[in-house]
Amino acid sequence: MFKKQILLSARLGSCQALNPFRANAVSRFYASGKAVALTADTYSDKVQRDSKYKKLDEKDLLFFRDILKDGNYMISNEQDLEFYNEDWMRKYKGQSQLVLKPKTTEQVSEIMKYCNAQKLAVVPQGGNTGLVGGSIPVFDEIILSLSNMNKIRSFDSVSGILKCDAGVILENADNFLAENGYIFPLDLGAKGSCHVGGVCATNAGGLRLLRYGSLHGTVLGLEAVLPDGTIYSSIDALRKDNTGYDFKQLLIGSEGTLGVITGVSILCPSRPTSTNVAFLAVSSYETVQKVFVGARKELSEILSAFEFMDGKSQLLTGRYLKADHPIESGDYPFYVLIETSGSNRDHDMEKLETFLANAMEEGLVDDGIIAQDEAQSQSLWSWRESIPEASAHDGGVYKYDVSIPLKDLYGLVEAAETKLNEANLVDIDSNDKPVVGAIGYGHLGDGNLHLNVCVREYNKNIEKTLEPFVYEWIQEKQGSISAEHGLGFQKKNYIGYSKSDVEIKLIKDIKNHYDPNGILNPYKYV
Amino acid sequence: MSSKLKILVPLKRVIDFATKPRINKAGTGVETTGVKFSMNPFCDIALEESLRIREANKDIVEKIHAVSIGPTKAQDILRTALAKGADTSTLVDVGNEEVEPLIVAKLLQKVVEKEQSNLIILGKQAIDDDANQTGQILAGLLNWPQATNASKVEIDGTKVTVTREVDGGSDTLSAELPMIITADLRLNEPRYATLPNVMKAKKKPLEKLKSSDLGVELVSRLETLKVEEPPARAAGVKVGSVDELVSKLKEVKAI
Repeated sequence: MFKKQILLSARLGSCQALNPFRANAVSRFYASGKAVALTADTYSDKVQRDSKYKKLDEKDLLFFRDILKDGNYMISNEQDLEFYNEDWMRKYKGQSQLVLKPKTTEQVSEIMKYCNAQKLAVVPQGGNTGLVGGSIPVFDEIILSLSNMNKIRSFDSVSGILKCDAGVILENADNFLAENGYIFPLDLGAKGSCHVGGVCATNAGGLRLLRYGSLHGTVLGLEAVLPDGTIYSSIDALRKDNTGYDFKQLLIGSEGTLGVITGVSILCPSRPTSTNVAFLAVSSYETVQKVFVGARKELSEILSAFEFMDGKSQLLTGRYLKADHPIESGDYPFYVLIETSGSNRDHDMEKLETFLANAMEEGLVDDGIIAQDEAQSQSLWSWRESIPEASAHDGGVYKYDVSIPLKDLYGLVEAAETKLNEANLVDIDSNDKPVVGAIGYGHLGDGNLHLNVCVREYNKNIEKTLEPFVYEWIQEKQGSISAEHGLGFQKKNYIGYSKSDVEIKLIKDIKNHYDPNGILNPYKYV
Repeated sequence: MSSKLKILVPLKRVIDFATKPRINKAGTGVETTGVKFSMNPFCDIALEESLRIREANKDIVEKIHAVSIGPTKAQDILRTALAKGADTSTLVDVGNEEVEPLIVAKLLQKVVEKEQSNLIILGKQAIDDDANQTGQILAGLLNWPQATNASKVEIDGTKVTVTREVDGGSDTLSAELPMIITADLRLNEPRYATLPNVMKAKKKPLEKLKSSDLGVELVSRLETLKVEEPPARAAGVKVGSVDELVSKLKEVKAI
């Protein structure tokens, strides 16, 4: 069903022998500029290696080789390790000496049992598309990659329940479902790389949350290996089951600190056969909110995405895509992408056109376009989905993914921009200043804003200007410092801005109960 | 003939090019129920070119008329064309009948006479049947000069110069109006329909005709015997070393 990956691929090491000039090239398409600094160095004032964890030795390697039965499922070569040690934003870099890529849940169980006994720290890693450094080791933790567990286990075309391995790439799962007339209830920009297990472990939100709700609702069961090697499974759970504590809910969003998710059972809705996309230009944030209210009222059940983007995010995306903006009549302060999904194109189009006509008549929308075919829909979506890449394009990006009550949502971007300007750090064109600009975009439908501070380099001065300022601002507005990206390494020290002492204590109690040795994803989360 | 251009743009409604077509259960054609249809991409390029000619040459275009031959639903793509800038449009409703290029050309010939068009710009082919014949047959029926697979079009009074991409270079043709041009992929990049124009397009004229109104009988000369998928690609193998790779490649005589 899926394309077999990397057929007949020569190993990286041998290629380089043939071409000495490429010996230092990092094997990633976005590799550019200088090497990524080690997290351990950058944050040496915040975190030290805990000496309770054992250092990897020869005996351990032999043991793992014995479990995995195949040398190809272990990576300890310096250059190949780099891919697993770095995050895509080039912000965090670990020093792991070993990547394990088990093929079965039993292998994961044996690995965890051994690591627990030996006090070897472990970082579970999916597609490594996280935004807070959660999947990257801080020091020498072993990386447990789920990428070899990539099989669809079963699909029930009556109930729409999909069961699959944790390492199935989201887009592959969705393509599989598409052939059966169903859709994965979650979609996000990184769908081509991120894993189904990873999105559950991080409780990812994404573009369809508005329509299909959070994974806490759609995931029916999980299979996971606990830190001591115990295999927990609720993968055969039914849609309704009120017996006992719902343990899987603890794993969803645990970011690999409670267990390693190895299998997922998820309820999939039937795939909409008609999708329409419109892209609108709006003159103020207040008006964006009015358009949202109107869209919810008039499009009601077919509204499947309501994404807003500020003018600067589109400017940077245009530079990155090297393309002219689809809305040609001028630059506007805000843009909105509306998607409808339904089962009857005529009905949906009529609703959408009526809504848009009204919005234009009332002066809420200054200009707009409706995609006329699938290619145009995809092209319009790319102006939203390319923002994360565009924002990191000049060197790096500080990402803040926050929930704030709607009326104050965009105020955070303005506040951050003011703060950075006061510190005299910003210039959108000149390379003399470290910051390109602060941009805002996000899932307005969910009250979720992405504040991205696009930078030319990561530096302490920028970080000090933004943190804890941003977190304090959010706390003041009763927001959450992490709406959908999680805590990971970046926000470990800031959970107190969103959670009470009681809540934090409960979280720590649970962690200590299931992982008394603290071997799973240490130095992160809380 | 006046030197003002009356451009005719024929448009075909096809399965959206981004959707993967599937063969129907009977094996007689492609499954169409629940599938998204859009304007044929080459037709979209042809339409775009007519709009650009009007924008680049002030006052020389009198009218851009879009025409589609297809089911009632084909009026969706005509509305799109009107939203993008066509002035008027005609739908020749042939129901769900498959119409072969010769009949399409005969119907178009009648529309050309009716609209008194002097420049026809159409896609070089439709992505559903890939026939690449309609433009050429129409040129034969009208006995007009034709320039196929255009990658550049320039107008100077009544003289039209067309650059075509051919193997190993380009070929430049010029002719006096009236003329037929078929559009290739690189001619231009079509625009989006803007919201205000989509609204305005609802009020633009869309004439509906039957093939009998044009005096053309729908006959099929071809019979489709069977439609089948190309054979699936065989699964690959994974090798552990360069030596193994080399020996495998030798085995399959790739090196």
